[in-house]
Amino acid sequence: MADQSKAMIRVENLTAGYGDEVIIEDVSFEVARGEVFVIAGSSGVGKSTLLKHMIGLHRPLSGKVFIGGEDMVAAEGEDRLRILSQIGVTYQMDALFGSMSLLENVRLALQEFTDLPTEAMELIAVMKLQLVGLEAAANMMPSELSGGMRKRAAIARAMALDPQVLFLDEPWRGLDPITTAGLEDLILRLAHNLEITFVIVSHELSSILTAADRVGLLDAELKNFVAVGDPRQLKESSADARVQRFFNPRSKPDAAA
Amino acid sequence: MATSAEQQADVSTAVSEDGVLTLTLSGRLDAHTIGRLWRSATLALDRTRPEKVVVDASGVDYCDGAGVGLLLELQRRQRSRGARFDIRGLASEFQALLEQFDAGRLAAPRPRKRARMGLVDEVGFGGTKLWADFYRLVAFVGEMTLALVRAVLHPRQVRWKDTFIMAEKVGVNALPIIILIGGLMGLILGFQSAMTLRDFGAEVFVANLIAVSLFRELGPLITAIILTGRSGSAFAAELGTMTVTEEIDALTTMGLEPMRFLVVPRVIAAVVMMPFLTIFFNFFGLLGGGLVMAWLNVPPVTYVNQVISAVDATDLLGGLLKAFVLGILVAAVGCLRGLQTTTGPTAVGDSTTGAVVSGIVLIAVADAAFAIVYYSLGI
Repeated sequence: MADQSKAMIRVENLTAGYGDEVIIEDVSFEVARGEVFVIAGSSGVGKSTLLKHMIGLHRPLSGKVFIGGEDMVAAEGEDRLRILSQIGVTYQMDALFGSMSLLENVRLALQEFTDLPTEAMELIAVMKLQLVGLEAAANMMPSELSGGMRKRAAIARAMALDPQVLFLDEPWRGLDPITTAGLEDLILRLAHNLEITFVIVSHELSSILTAADRVGLLDAELKNFVAVGDPRQLKESSADARVQRFFNPRSKPDAAA
Repeated sequence: MATSAEQQADVSTAVSEDGVLTLTLSGRLDAHTIGRLWRSATLALDRTRPEKVVVDASGVDYCDGAGVGLLLELQRRQRSRGARFDIRGLASEFQALLEQFDAGRLAAPRPRKRARMGLVDEVGFGGTKLWADFYRLVAFVGEMTLALVRAVLHPRQVRWKDTFIMAEKVGVNALPIIILIGGLMGLILGFQSAMTLRDFGAEVFVANLIAVSLFRELGPLITAIILTGRSGSAFAAELGTMTVTEEIDALTTMGLEPMRFLVVPRVIAAVVMMPFLTIFFNFFGLLGGGLVMAWLNVPPVTYVNQVISAVDATDLLGGLLKAFVLGILVAAVGCLRGLQTTTGPTAVGDSTTGAVVSGIVLIAVADAAFAIVYYSLGI
């Protein structure tokens, strides 16, 4: 934990892709503790690719990712497990384990990585579910839930071991406005009250403006961020045409169709 | 459809002296009516190659996307020759639809053609792919063996609950089909061999033939093939679906290796159940053969004695060792194909097919290897 003070996550010169195809090139940024950082951009610019390389699912072509001061890319074995225990991840398709109830989904990490007594694990799991308002559904199977409930359950599961960082891949996709607002509130509450750091992949403009402290706007041609900053300021005052097109898609006459 | 039959569309062409082609469209322009118009209008355009085309659409009382398509096509053809084009009298609501499109950018992009490969390239490409696949299988089996060794050293880390559920699915639930196929296989073997052996008055040796072929060869082989079809494919489908729904990724980022978490329980279940299933297969095969012998009027005692004298422990254990190894291969390749699942609607199906095909190939290859080894060892 070299620099616990400020940057919770530091990405250094990350270049990543699949096979010969480079999707993101030389990306560097930092996320501070308790900050909500959104990786934005239109579909197919490599937002999820960046996320999946940050959480160590894929090996980058070059570059480093530090989480809590430890290099995620180089870490193996016990070191890697220690880093993984500090992060929680939710996926686009929520990725709840279909053969387990919500409680079992949340309890799984506790069972595997702690030696808590059974009733303690159960209590903690229900606590996490309560945090996302799902304690009453603890014994339901993922297939019995609505999309929004599954998204929230996935967050509860990701928080099972009280991680310091949560990575959320498209948490707002396909949610109704009320659930969307509820999720925004939840993220802000967790970030401000528990100092959890969020890295969120999303292109939901209104949620970005509501929930993000900073946003990094990825561009397909540049293969990098065109802008990183407070989304409200970027929307108001960025002179970059690509930034304006993202934040004010209707202001351009040719995009009005 | 009824409306198109009632309301027809029509086109008439006229060429003026100064080379202006006037196309007068009328009626209902939709996908059902414009086929004929399309052909005659474009034909007229190609024939006359006019300096200017004027479309008189004042008689058009309905025009949908297909009708607009015709107008755009005419416009595009004219533009590509550098000639002029004009539409007159198109009702404003259809005009609005027309303005949604840009005739200049309507050429469908060429489908990306995969460069056709020559025979040499094709063979090379296929060979590389096969090699890569083989390499991955070997790597996977290596990784899996490590995980299994770790499971033996730290049995508490194994997910026994899942393992037992899997063992039930792989083993207990397979019993009916194993019993059925085993019994029938013994029956078939008995009848087929009895036909020949009876000519020599050697019916009693049917017992030897059945026992030896079941214990040494058919028992493990057919049980393994059934395991591939039932469980290898199921493993691939389960893990494949979990890959598609990102559950594998979720496990990985939770620090739970899919190898330990998903593969090891399945492989243990398959490996433990395979010899038992083989024993059941052999037993019911012998029973089936016994029926044939009864039909041939050979007393049961004679049959049993004959079987006991024909096979010894080596035959049985040799077969069971084979079953054990085939069980590992089938389970491993099923899991591997599942974890290799890509994305898209056919991905899980492809993985399942791959699991069964690779499973059967591996069974055949391993069986051949066993035959050679057993032969050279004199077993």
